[in-house]
Amino acid sequence: MRAFSLERASDPQQAAKSAASHENSKFIAGGTNLIDLMKLEIETPTHLVDVTQLGLDKIEETDEGGLRIGTLVSNTDLAADDRVRRDYPVLTRALVAGATGQLRNKATTGGNFLQRTRCPYFYDTNMPCNKRNPGSGCAAIGGYSRQLAVIGGSDHCIATHPSDMAVAMRVLDAELETVDPDGKTRSIAVDDLYRLPGDTPEKETNLKPGEVITAVTLPKPVGGKQIYYKVRDRSSYAFALVSVAAIVQPDGTGRVALGGVAPKPWRDEEAEKALPQGAGAVMDTLLADANPTDDNEFKVPLAKRTLAAVLQEAGN
Amino acid sequence: MRFDKPAGDSVLADTKVIGKPVHRVDGPLKTTGTAPYAYERHDVAANQLVGWPVGAAIAKGKLKSVGTKKAEAAPGVVAVLTTLQFDRLPLSQWNTANLFGGDQIEHYHQAVALVVAETLETARAGAAMLEFDYAPDTEASFDLSKTAPTGDEQPLSDVGNFEKAYADAPVTIDVNYTTPAESHAMMEPHASIAAWDGDEVTLWTSNQMIQWDKMALATTLKTTPDKVRIDSPYIGGGFGSKLFLRADAVLAALGAKRTGKPVKVQLPRPMIFNNTTHRGLTEQHLKIGATQDGKIVAISHENKSNALPGGSSEKAPAPTQHFYATDNLYCINRTAEMHLPESNAMRAPGEASGLMALEAAMDELAEKLDMDPVELRIMNDAKVDPSNPNKTFSRRHFVECLRTGADRFGWSKRNRKPGDTREGAWLIGHGVAGAYRGAPAQASGAEVAIRPDGGVVVRTDMTDIGTGSYTILAQTAAEMLGVPVERVRVELGDSRYPVSSGSGGQFGAVSSTAGVYAACVALRKKIADELGKKHDDLTFADGAVHAGGSTTELKKLTRGGRELSAIDTMHFGDFRSEKYVVSTFGAHFIEARVHSLTGEVRLNRMLAVCDAGRILNPITARSQVIGAMTMGAGAALLEEMAVDHDRGFFVNHDLAGYEVPVHLDIPHQEVVFLDVLDPVSTPLKAKGVGELGICGVAAAIANAVNNATGIRVRDYPITLDKIVGKLPTI
Ligand SMILES: Cc1cc2nc3c(=O)[nH]c(=O)nc-3n(C[C@H](O)[C@H](O)[C@H](O)COP(=O)(O)OP(=O)(O)OC[C@H]3O[C@@H](n4cnc5c(N)ncnc54)[C@H](O)[C@@H]3O)c2cc1C
Ligand code: SF4
Repeated sequence: MRAFSLERASDPQQAAKSAASHENSKFIAGGTNLIDLMKLEIETPTHLVDVTQLGLDKIEETDEGGLRIGTLVSNTDLAADDRVRRDYPVLTRALVAGATGQLRNKATTGGNFLQRTRCPYFYDTNMPCNKRNPGSGCAAIGGYSRQLAVIGGSDHCIATHPSDMAVAMRVLDAELETVDPDGKTRSIAVDDLYRLPGDTPEKETNLKPGEVITAVTLPKPVGGKQIYYKVRDRSSYAFALVSVAAIVQPDGTGRVALGGVAPKPWRDEEAEKALPQGAGAVMDTLLADANPTDDNEFKVPLAKRTLAAVLQEAGN
Repeated sequence: MRFDKPAGDSVLADTKVIGKPVHRVDGPLKTTGTAPYAYERHDVAANQLVGWPVGAAIAKGKLKSVGTKKAEAAPGVVAVLTTLQFDRLPLSQWNTANLFGGDQIEHYHQAVALVVAETLETARAGAAMLEFDYAPDTEASFDLSKTAPTGDEQPLSDVGNFEKAYADAPVTIDVNYTTPAESHAMMEPHASIAAWDGDEVTLWTSNQMIQWDKMALATTLKTTPDKVRIDSPYIGGGFGSKLFLRADAVLAALGAKRTGKPVKVQLPRPMIFNNTTHRGLTEQHLKIGATQDGKIVAISHENKSNALPGGSSEKAPAPTQHFYATDNLYCINRTAEMHLPESNAMRAPGEASGLMALEAAMDELAEKLDMDPVELRIMNDAKVDPSNPNKTFSRRHFVECLRTGADRFGWSKRNRKPGDTREGAWLIGHGVAGAYRGAPAQASGAEVAIRPDGGVVVRTDMTDIGTGSYTILAQTAAEMLGVPVERVRVELGDSRYPVSSGSGGQFGAVSSTAGVYAACVALRKKIADELGKKHDDLTFADGAVHAGGSTTELKKLTRGGRELSAIDTMHFGDFRSEKYVVSTFGAHFIEARVHSLTGEVRLNRMLAVCDAGRILNPITARSQVIGAMTMGAGAALLEEMAVDHDRGFFVNHDLAGYEVPVHLDIPHQEVVFLDVLDPVSTPLKAKGVGELGICGVAAAIANAVNNATGIRVRDYPITLDKIVGKLPTI
């Protein structure tokens, strides 16, 4: 870990300004991801802006009938919120499928969106990794890639985004609210938050320098059976090999997003139109461009079968 | 004392303390977080500095230079030690991989530097400033399947004529199994604090074998053993990983020497997997021939496993040498010299991986014969040692394990055909496997003393690696000297105490209790002499010695505030191995479920029945066995150190990447001990159980998965990627 300065921000714009005015800065919330990465010198910020005092830790109802979740709401509190459990159960199920109780107590909503990949080579600073050290190469391609992406990757990086919560947020059409150093706010759909790696895998989001997440909004509840099925080798405390977040309506229509297969939650509004025809029909479109490695080609049939299990559970 | 013949019936016949469910005497220290583990022993030496170790970035080659200037100038940094500043340090007989010194890199994460600083943070930051320049060697071998064995191996067993008997057998199976490299993944990392006083060094560390560690550290530091003291009273797990001197100890000692201050070093978790040892990979080939009615006539078990040049590999055919009756047996272990890190002992070395193959192959044979796999095993139970028919088993109750287990488990109600039993989307299957593990004993010494207050103290360099040594040694002394367990204080892990067996190979509990028994007998004889009585006439009960109507309180035996003490060592005669095979046996029964769509495998029930001599303490023994069953479940379903065949290292080198079971993976575990005495083993008639518990578990799970689905996965671990493509299409 390198030496760094720490600034405790008291309002979002000040936080954004502080971050933007230092070349190598990071926001820190729960710290459950960032501090690990700093210890291993994968992240080496010289300035940290602590956002935990911004008071953004409430869940409020919006005029549109949805929810506005402050960025600092912990994963535990978000999962346990009565309104979330009642109206957005896929989100609760995704949250409690992630990490452990202790981690979820510290982990924040904004931090969860921006956690970084669990590619094992990203974690080993002796190894080439374009995401950690642009231009150094990708050790995972041709290496051990069982956990990594089958779609959305590039010749430069095949990392997956590890968040469970983000997959549920994507299927719920959540939007992030941000404030930039000039005090300007905007909202960004989950799908627009993340970038695909292309030849710049080190650039993971479309946030501008200093732009701070303040909240996440959920639109009006859409009902339906909401299921999050996370497939992994052990029963708990492991990242997804494949996960499916689904909302299935009584008429068989619905929405589907995948985790564990791509650099971001993977959803295609065209593909899910085939939901009434079954899992195969959806996946044939959703994963049509899959380009797996020998290690992870099992994820393609697994995704289809997991969706089939979800549809079975939904009773469709 | 020598143990030269089987113990007589009267020896420890009616025990009052030994064999009773005594709670762990060190439990309160553990649960209150006050047991002093090596890295947290802040009080043993003042002004401790912290050393942060750095591992090599390549698997094989040469380290050309290390730039140390930036690190040396960094705040808080006191000293920088690099491997280039030393000649390759000498190694004792117990070590293979270089620990430190010289420019040759022999495996990934070999220790190449230590930054010593005032705090952990400054040491770690300093370490990140070092600049290494390597010349990698491309002539290296990292893929077991592509590496030929050395070719000079002799068979472990070669009895009768396997080839002919197999060729003539009406029913045969010929199968290949692989097991991956596994990591011990114990909770406490390797850690040491070292301090020098003149030319004498003290090492507060975490090590299973105090005497080996002392000898090895003396060799590596080029000093004599009398200049070395080791202290390791509490160990947060070892499983074989802490049998030997490792880099943490060497670096701490060198760092302390360089700085003139105590230095502590802990191996960072991501360094442990490649820096220390692992259970080697295996490629096993099993051929079994049988008659139509299931009598085995020929077994061949061949294995290939990795080792560093000059090192030893995983001896997977070991259990097959002694398990099933056959007149024609061929077992051979071949070593492929490779440049992965050092393969070495992990819980039940050889047996654990060998049974993953043998006991699954037995299931395949039962399937082919259309026989109950329990009955197949019973029919082929060995009466004499298949490898040496002149030897018998000291005690062998394998059949009883199988029958008891089948009964308890409800084996008769098992699923018969894959797919027949379902719970929703889950397919239910049942599996059985036999367990076999040798039960060695090693010379073990102890001092036992009566304290002035009438309490008893036991001192030995024996270790407690979470196993319960403190408790069973207290029970042994309490039994022998007639005091309650609470009146016995046990002091372990200090090399100034009598040399014990240490903890390994499931010999620790049986050997060290025998050592304490010997010391107690010596003390009782001394007391008899003091009292002018014959030893055989004394009884020890209620904190006093009773002889011919007179009673003397133990505390009255001490003089001038000094302890009354005796030291002895139990030596085991060769009769144990010359005439007998002394082993432990077991049977594992599993109910597993496999998701018919996703291929996820989860466990519903686990049952183990163990034949391991006298159970010294059913609480600590059960705890050993359920822990071992958990590790067996890990081996079956999760654990694999993934090899990068180009870069030559274990990629998933932390506890996020190397998955061991979590609570949710482990269902109800039932353990049954037959608790039959084995007088050939030790005076306590006990045998080890801590390694028996892992033997066979993985195969029982594999067999249950096959029973549920009809899918036989022969490459462990049985992860869903190996199943999902074979499940019925949707
Ligand atoms: C052992 C382990 C297991 C885990 N398992 C899972 C799992 O199974 N599933 C899963 O989904 N997750 C898992 N996680 C990840 C966990 O969910 C994340 O670490 C957590 O959500 C991050 O939240 P945080 O508040 O601690 O973020 P931090 O570590 O504080 O920050 C993470 C990133 O977000 C940025 N950031 C934080 N807040 C803001 C903001 N308001 N505006 C802009 N940027 C911001 C930071 O700069 C940083 O880059 C696991 C983590 C660990 C350590
Ligand atoms: S997949 Fe991405 S994160 Fe992993 S090594 Fe390659 S570039 Fe790095």
